Amino acid sequence: MAILAAAAQVDTGDTAWMLVATALVLMMTPALGLFYAGLVRSKNTLNTFMMCIAAIAVAMVTWALVGYSLAFDGSGSLIGGLGYFGLHGVGFAPREGTTIPHLVFMAFQATFCIITTALVSGAVVERMRFGAFLVFATLWSVLVYAVLAHWVFGGGWLAAGGTLDFAGGVPVEMASGFSALAAALVVGARKDYGRLALLPHNAMYVLLGAGLLWFGWFGFNGGSGFSTGNPSVLAFTNTLLTPACSLLTWFVLDLIRGRKVTAIGAATAIIVGCVLITPAGGYVSPGWAMALGFLGALPCYAMIVWRPRTRVDETLDVLAAHGVAGFTGILFIGFFASAAWNGVSDGLFYGNAAQLGDQALAALVGPAYAFGMTFALLKLIGAVMPLRASAHEEALGMDVVQHGEEAYVTGEGAILVFPEDGGPIPVPVADPG
Amino acid sequence: MKLVIGIVRPEKANDVLEALYRAEVRGVSMSRVQGHGGELERVETYRGTTVKMGLSDKVRFEIAVSDDFVQATVDALCEGARTGEVGDGKIFVLPLDRAVRIRTGETDHGAVTPVDG
Repeated sequence: MAILAAAAQVDTGDTAWMLVATALVLMMTPALGLFYAGLVRSKNTLNTFMMCIAAIAVAMVTWALVGYSLAFDGSGSLIGGLGYFGLHGVGFAPREGTTIPHLVFMAFQATFCIITTALVSGAVVERMRFGAFLVFATLWSVLVYAVLAHWVFGGGWLAAGGTLDFAGGVPVEMASGFSALAAALVVGARKDYGRLALLPHNAMYVLLGAGLLWFGWFGFNGGSGFSTGNPSVLAFTNTLLTPACSLLTWFVLDLIRGRKVTAIGAATAIIVGCVLITPAGGYVSPGWAMALGFLGALPCYAMIVWRPRTRVDETLDVLAAHGVAGFTGILFIGFFASAAWNGVSDGLFYGNAAQLGDQALAALVGPAYAFGMTFALLKLIGAVMPLRASAHEEALGMDVVQHGEEAYVTGEGAILVFPEDGGPIPVPVADPG
Repeated sequence: MKLVIGIVRPEKANDVLEALYRAEVRGVSMSRVQGHGGELERVETYRGTTVKMGLSDKVRFEIAVSDDFVQATVDALCEGARTGEVGDGKIFVLPLDRAVRIRTGETDHGAVTPVDG
């Protein structure tokens, strides 16, 4: 009977959309792998992509074991409980407050934990050891992501205090961005950083990755209403509007700065636009979403221009594209949220100054927690194992050193090895003596 | 007049360029080549197929210099490319019969001397 009662509360339309949205968000992680892989040098292509793949493996398992429970069990102020440990009690009945099966809700949230963990890797590519990253991802996905997700999504103290965050400005965007800064500081710069030009090796991967990320983001933002209702529709449409506007801003800024509109700049602008609207998607009108795209791109562009002049090798600018954009989006809600559109709360512009205070609080404590915790975690891991490859290995490239593969292998001069033969190992053609 | 050919590790190519620049050797060609010296082969695995990569990527510098610059060029190549491990590469110095600068038709010494400014 319990099953029948539960089934009555599940809305099939909502569930259908959330199943699709979950798959869309999962696709964002390999898309991010493409985006990142294109931005690094060719000898690090596979390793960079593999960090994103590894995030799927690691974060999915930690999420199922403890992460989901810590984020979404109960409404404790700082951290959830262990009631859903190992997905215990997560079944077909809808989670309270939603019209979708609890399992779908858990799976959707899992894909968020996965991509956020993958995002942080952008700060340390081309030098961090793969093994050390796996350990880091394991701990980070629980101690940083799950905690911040509880604060804003799981009924923790920020949500209870009134902070609005539609699809993860705090736990996804600011957490990854400011953790990336901490990771870059602890792991240190690449050995050639600031000495040689370290250029993206394939701009097409970058554009393709950005396009697929945007596509996936419709699930990310559009699914964060957990239904097919108005908030989801608004967030979905805003996900179309804001990145288009940040693209145009980026074109103009590129023109002013270098007299040419750049392709990798455009790919970056798409990500920045999507991040900007992530927290605000379901709370601001389409008009203000467009304004957010135009205005919000400015601080991100400034950060991307300024950061490489510093000694901080935050390699793929996660701080600029996610940290700064997430910060801007979170604050933007405080100014321009509109109860007429979201049915929840107004911002300062519509006469509710308190909302801006709630947003500013989240914009301060979210980054502070992510930065501090990541810094401590990496110091701890670094005390137990080396975080980065040796200078010689870094020069050879992480693909060969960490994975024993190359992205662009020619096969010329390669000799098959048959270990099962047990016979003498064949001598290379070039060295028959 | 000599042609200096240096075959070095790709990851040391930038160090070689820097060393050449410091030695005031300006005219350089480089290309990516594959080759094999005495170094150990890398073993790579692709979906269960294990292969030894018998040929390693190398960068080949070709530098035509007047006699005065031969030693400086060789020194710069050695300094920039050396790691001390097997596989650092080789330098060959060959006699050069003739050189022509296409733009002006200058030959020999004039052709291998960089244009000032």
